[in-house]
Amino acid sequence: MDIFNPALVVEHLSAGYPGHRRAIDDISFSVWRGERVAVIGPNGAGKSTLFKALAGIIPHQTGAISLHGEDCRTSHMLIGYVPQSDGVDLTFPVTVYDVVMMGRAREIGWFRWPRRADHLIVAEALERVGVWDLRNRQIGQLSGGQRQRVFIARALAQQTDVLLLDEPFSGVDVNAEHEIMNTLNSLQQGGITMLIATHDLHMASTQFDKLLAINQRMVGYGDSGEVFTPNVLQATYGGRVGIVGNGDEQMVVIADAQAG
Amino acid sequence: MDITFWQSLDEPIIQRALISATVIGIMCGVVGTFVVVRGMSFFGDALAHSVLPGTAAAYIYGGGAATLPLWSDFLRLFPDESVRLFVGGLVAGIFSALVIGMLTRDKRLKEDTAIGIIFVSMFALGIIIVSTDPRAYRSNLLHYLFGNIFALSQTQLIMTIIFAVLVLLVIALFYKELMIVSFDTDLARTLKLPREALRMLLLILIAVTIVASLRAVGVVLMVALLVIPAATAGLLVKRLHIMMAVASLLGVLGGLLGTYFSFVWSVPAGPAIVLVLTAFFALVFTLSSLQQMIFRRH
Repeated sequence: MDIFNPALVVEHLSAGYPGHRRAIDDISFSVWRGERVAVIGPNGAGKSTLFKALAGIIPHQTGAISLHGEDCRTSHMLIGYVPQSDGVDLTFPVTVYDVVMMGRAREIGWFRWPRRADHLIVAEALERVGVWDLRNRQIGQLSGGQRQRVFIARALAQQTDVLLLDEPFSGVDVNAEHEIMNTLNSLQQGGITMLIATHDLHMASTQFDKLLAINQRMVGYGDSGEVFTPNVLQATYGGRVGIVGNGDEQMVVIADAQAG
Repeated sequence: MDITFWQSLDEPIIQRALISATVIGIMCGVVGTFVVVRGMSFFGDALAHSVLPGTAAAYIYGGGAATLPLWSDFLRLFPDESVRLFVGGLVAGIFSALVIGMLTRDKRLKEDTAIGIIFVSMFALGIIIVSTDPRAYRSNLLHYLFGNIFALSQTQLIMTIIFAVLVLLVIALFYKELMIVSFDTDLARTLKLPREALRMLLLILIAVTIVASLRAVGVVLMVALLVIPAATAGLLVKRLHIMMAVASLLGVLGGLLGTYFSFVWSVPAGPAIVLVLTAFFALVFTLSSLQQMIFRRH
């Protein structure tokens, strides 16, 4: 493992769907190994677009992405992408085990079936996020928190150490939120680097090493002291932010709808 | 009828009917599973209709007095008429699949719109071609609309078997990739799989399956063979390859029973097969609904 390069470096990244308004422009940041970064911004700010561009789901127009010092287009490593759970066909006939095995497809290669090593890696990924006992369940027969952890396991089965999680906490209850958070904590202890899109600003300011505030463009990047300032929040959330001053303490009120 | 079904098992025509019902049942169960999980029933129905101009043009310009430059030369490569009709249908089917695939590539058209345009246009072209030759209305071509499992030649059966083996082989080779593009296209892109090529491959596999089965059940009933066994299996099991196995089993059972009923009651085989499959579906749907009601109450 390369400890002299950041796990993920993004330079002047611009991306978007052709003819689509929702795009990101000139985003640059770097994340060190084992760091946990919250990506915040209003709906339509381009959080999902950023993740999809990083994961290679949509092509980026300009800029560069490198993983452990290697350009992502030539790197054999892949960024693990954990989709928003409402984008998944829950009636599809696959079990938890099948879904996690899908993460191995590239390593297994064309015209081949999973080998012993692949089964071991899948089993390890399932155990790591605590869903081994659910391995024979159909993907629709899971709670929201369980499903999120299955998709985290699938990304881990790709044997990546950089994970992107697109709003893992949206649409899940408090218990599921704890479940997912516990999983993320143990992954972070194992050296996994994570970028997590979230609407929960309280969580973003307390549970993360760094925050990336975007609204089409990059507005702020740093720890919560640097990003949780009236200026940055105003620039991120625009007119939807109100700052209530009260002597030494300031309170930030943001009118922000939950996605989806 | 003087002879019973069991006595008639010595007849080559009955043997061919039963063998083809089995082969078609297996192939349609496996391919139909992809059709059902991807929600492509309309595509399957459309593709079956789109085959008509190809078979018609192969029939009329292939062996008779009428010729078309290039097309007739191409058909002369296949001396056997049933092989010619097969090839003609395959050309039209794959052409339609590719055109629909290309029209929907950049999201300007929704898939069902593109299918609606291509499907009716190809079928209309087919009817025009058929109408140029009155002889075509009466003979072979009618079988393509409604099928006749009791009118298969040795060559046609062999062609069906060869194509079934090919389709199953290709699906076995690309199984995990086809599963991934069907379940999660974003993952396919993250893993750098050629998503569009795989989608095209699947469309072509569906086209080949349809052409290989058409002679037995016909254009109009084709989609039932793809959709009903797989839909029934989907109610019973929760893994893709098991769904394929169960759908194939149901397809074979439906094919054999339908052929049997067709023989003993002197009704057309295609509709008999479809109705047996529908009965399976109705039974399984009712049982699974009852099971759900009981499950919920506790």
